[in-house]
Amino acid sequence: MLSSRALVRGLQSGLWRRVSTTSGMKAAHAQDLDVIDCSVPQYNNRRDTPLPDVPFVQNLNAEQKKLKEKEKGPWTNLTKEEKLALYRLSHELSYAEMKKGSDEWKTVIGGVFFFLGFTGLLVWWQRAYVFGDVPRTLSPEWIEMQTKRMLDMRVNPVGGFSAKWDYEKNQWK
Amino acid sequence: MSLPKPVMRGLLAKRLRFHLPIAFTLSLIVAAAFKFTVTEPRKQAYADFYKQYDAMKEFNAMREAGIFESVRPSGE
Repeated sequence: MLSSRALVRGLQSGLWRRVSTTSGMKAAHAQDLDVIDCSVPQYNNRRDTPLPDVPFVQNLNAEQKKLKEKEKGPWTNLTKEEKLALYRLSHELSYAEMKKGSDEWKTVIGGVFFFLGFTGLLVWWQRAYVFGDVPRTLSPEWIEMQTKRMLDMRVNPVGGFSAKWDYEKNQWK
Repeated sequence: MSLPKPVMRGLLAKRLRFHLPIAFTLSLIVAAAFKFTVTEPRKQAYADFYKQYDAMKEFNAMREAGIFESVRPSGE
């Protein structure tokens, strides 16, 4: 909400600056921002609904009402600034503003990596201080006996384990 | 400000006409590549292995190593 108000303020030009901003803020601050009346149609900035249910600025002041009256006539009489002001009355953000990305992804990725690192620390601590000894079947002597037995059994003799052992010379190929 | 009317119909057909031949050719290429780099060498390796395979010799070697329970090494 804050950024959109700043955008509206920053992108107005000329005479109609105060027309669009004041009532825009009034629309936003009609009541407490936390409580939205969901029983009436609401304004939304969505790329897939180009025409929202209600215009962005609903409580028009006198100047804006005059502009709306002028809008009822031929549009060729409207100046460029008046057209822009009318646009800003009925829309909060333009499509370009809606589609603009932000740098939020950098924060997200940074946060993800940070917590992954923290989890890594926790996991290391757990391995060092919580877990007991590894079973004897993972000791080097046992692994040696296990490998010898696998070679005796000719495990995967065609393209796998025993294929890499030279049985004549009794060593790995 | 009169823009030309955009294309309203046949969008899926146009996309398929472009992408389907590419998809089919790529799939065929991947399948052929897998066949000739993985399955054919593997079949050849098995054929070569069993051409020179002496089952009794291998069996006796395994028996002497002592892995069987039904036949112990000839020494015992």
